[in-house]
Amino acid sequence: MDLFSHLALGFGVAFTLKNIGLCFIGCMVGTLVGVLPGVGPVATIAMLLPITFGLEPVGALIMLAGIYYGAQYGGSTTAILVNIPGEATAVVTTLDGHQMAKQGRAGIALGIAAIGSFFAGCVATIFIAALGQPLTRLAQLFGPAEYFSLMVMGLVFSTVLARGSIFKAILMVLLGLLLATVGTDLETGQERMTMGIQSLSDGIDFTPLAMGIFGFAEIVRNLENPEARDVVRGKIGRLLPGWDDIKQSIAPVLRGTFIGGILGILPGNGAVLGPFASYTVEKKLAKDPSRFGKGAIEGVAGPESANNAGAQTAFIPLLTLGIPPNAVMALMVGAMTIHGIIPGPQVMTKNPDLFWGMIASMWIGNLMLVIINLPMVGMWVKLLKVPYRLMFPAIGIFCCIGIYSINNSAEDVMFAAFFGMCGYILLKFGFEPAPMLLGFVLGKLMEEKLRQALILSRGSFTTFIERPVSAGLLIVAVAMLCLALLPSFSKRREEVFTE
Amino acid sequence: MKRYLIGLAALLGVAASPALAQDYPTKPITMIVPFAAGGPTDIIARIVSEHMSRVLGQQIIVENVAGAGGTTGVTRAAAAAPDGYTIVMGHMGTHGAAPALYPNLKYNPATDFAPVGLAAGTPILIVARKTHPSKDLKEFIDWAKKAGDKANNAFAGVGSVSHSTGILFNSTIGTKPTMIPYTGTGPALNDMVSGQVDYMTDQIVNVVSQIQGGNIKAFAIALPERSPALPDVPTTKELGLDYQVSAWNAIFAPKGTPPAVVAKLSDALDKALDDANTKKRLAELGGVIPDKAGRTPAALQKLVEDEVARWTPILKAAMANEKK
Repeated sequence: MDLFSHLALGFGVAFTLKNIGLCFIGCMVGTLVGVLPGVGPVATIAMLLPITFGLEPVGALIMLAGIYYGAQYGGSTTAILVNIPGEATAVVTTLDGHQMAKQGRAGIALGIAAIGSFFAGCVATIFIAALGQPLTRLAQLFGPAEYFSLMVMGLVFSTVLARGSIFKAILMVLLGLLLATVGTDLETGQERMTMGIQSLSDGIDFTPLAMGIFGFAEIVRNLENPEARDVVRGKIGRLLPGWDDIKQSIAPVLRGTFIGGILGILPGNGAVLGPFASYTVEKKLAKDPSRFGKGAIEGVAGPESANNAGAQTAFIPLLTLGIPPNAVMALMVGAMTIHGIIPGPQVMTKNPDLFWGMIASMWIGNLMLVIINLPMVGMWVKLLKVPYRLMFPAIGIFCCIGIYSINNSAEDVMFAAFFGMCGYILLKFGFEPAPMLLGFVLGKLMEEKLRQALILSRGSFTTFIERPVSAGLLIVAVAMLCLALLPSFSKRREEVFTE
Repeated sequence: MKRYLIGLAALLGVAASPALAQDYPTKPITMIVPFAAGGPTDIIARIVSEHMSRVLGQQIIVENVAGAGGTTGVTRAAAAAPDGYTIVMGHMGTHGAAPALYPNLKYNPATDFAPVGLAAGTPILIVARKTHPSKDLKEFIDWAKKAGDKANNAFAGVGSVSHSTGILFNSTIGTKPTMIPYTGTGPALNDMVSGQVDYMTDQIVNVVSQIQGGNIKAFAIALPERSPALPDVPTTKELGLDYQVSAWNAIFAPKGTPPAVVAKLSDALDKALDDANTKKRLAELGGVIPDKAGRTPAALQKLVEDEVARWTPILKAAMANEKK
């Protein structure tokens, strides 16, 4: 079969000492930047781009790809240990992952995240190799109308993210949507709600918002009652997941891999939805949904697998079509172009060694990551033993460096501080930040796609129902909304009646 | 605050300049690229600055300061100390189209900079979805005129190269299509490959592989001569269309940079553009390297003035039209 000869070629390329070394460096650097709050793969790859000039294109891309998916592994560490999501895809991990850490099960959470990611990574790699091209064609069915409907479905997920009141969660989603409208208007170029601040002209950045509302707010809350924090320090259970934990996680990992992998193929950055979708599915399928948000292992295993599967399949539109689905992939396009390979549909036939070499290296990289990460779990968990008075300045400083490094802008750090204050106030009033971040992430895409779809249909809203894929997604969204709202309505009715 | 910073910067610049001119450069130079890493301007900046670093004996560090169509980064460069340690890779948008597009622009492209030299131009292509009924540019123009606002012209956001060049193209052939905004070339191309939009105008580096792969059609290239990267695509000149446009990229220093420093930078750029490896890599992108006369600071100053004069009326008219 063709696939095997291609994979053989790929492994032939990736299994040279030099390329294995580069893959290792990439994974190592990726893990580190993933762990450091705020420093994301975009900033890292941009900084390391010049270093790759001296390398062969294949090696350079293997290393850069390693940084990207390595950061996905590392990102979960920060989300679990200190409740700071480095990227949109790690937001969900904070929900149950950090709760597990608080219960002294940080090691188990980290372990299952690594194992789930490894499994997802391996499956997704095979997926890319075998089905990359036909799937690209499938993804082409997605126009602006379909994306909009997909995002609407994503927003409905947010109601499930709420640990407490659904009403408050919906309010937070709306707040997130509002924040996403700050910036330059897509069509006219007018600045909206920027208050004349130039760094707001392209909208609020995800990182300052997430760092502020999760990271800084969390620090303030911990400083307020240091005793609570020390309880976490005291309880450190077993380091690696036991058989029971793994058994509980098998199904969520499989489902998460599937969901994340499919959404990752979409060239419009559908990968951000993966972990949210996986979390929703797990919570809906669980016998006892009330465990979610209080340290359910399924809530870590599923989304972490989805996250990593999506990170790998996001390479499909890049490699088979030459169209980058997100900022990191856009950088990879740049890296390829600098090395004289202009990514496009012919990369596969013109540079088969590059295409298959990269795919093979992803498999090797995933193996390396699990080898790097599992022994490190013990080290990370020990970090929790560090007294908080030493921890919080370090977290704060790393956050600030990370935020600064994105746009080389000090104003972004100020924004993060401001959002930290807002986040603390919201926490005090019992509002959850996660639904807001989902609303924020989806809001930008949603507005863009809504307006494109409406301009293309010359203002006719029926376009969303006339197109079958879009209509299907909307129906699912409505059905899910009903499912989510019904219990709370009936409960309220009961409450009314008992009074 | 800002005024204070500018004042401070000017003061530092004045204080530091006497010692500078002969020894320059004694420390790494920052080249601001006002776009995200990985885009055409960034790639050109990185290729050119690599050889310039070797000539100058100091590393040129590329710093991406993206935002507001490149004007955020250029604004920062305009306010930097004029000591030659902060330079900027401006382009057709930031130093040609921006004054028309951004009424609150905080710099004047023609007077707030000491031009260093033109680095490379990337030609513009007129491309369409592969299912488009037209066979060549003439048929396409007829189609576009007949379709009027039923035609969909994709562009990568207000202020992007595809925006300005698209407006210029439409006004040249005398049609008013519906403009479909995207947040970048990638998403716009994606919808063109899948046939959601009809056509766009963009830089060769962004579209070349999609043309070679048969995912989109190319009707013409806006160059006097055919590009070696796409020898089958006719030029607008041979087709008789008065549409000559290029997304040029050029290096600028802040106003007040000592002439000796500018001369050193300009010389380094000149040597970089003569280097065989740099030439080859720019050519791979479809980049057009300026001739000796076109690389001088004086030529760049004239280019900026000509471009601002050229774009301002076209873009202002188009924007006023849209507001109605």
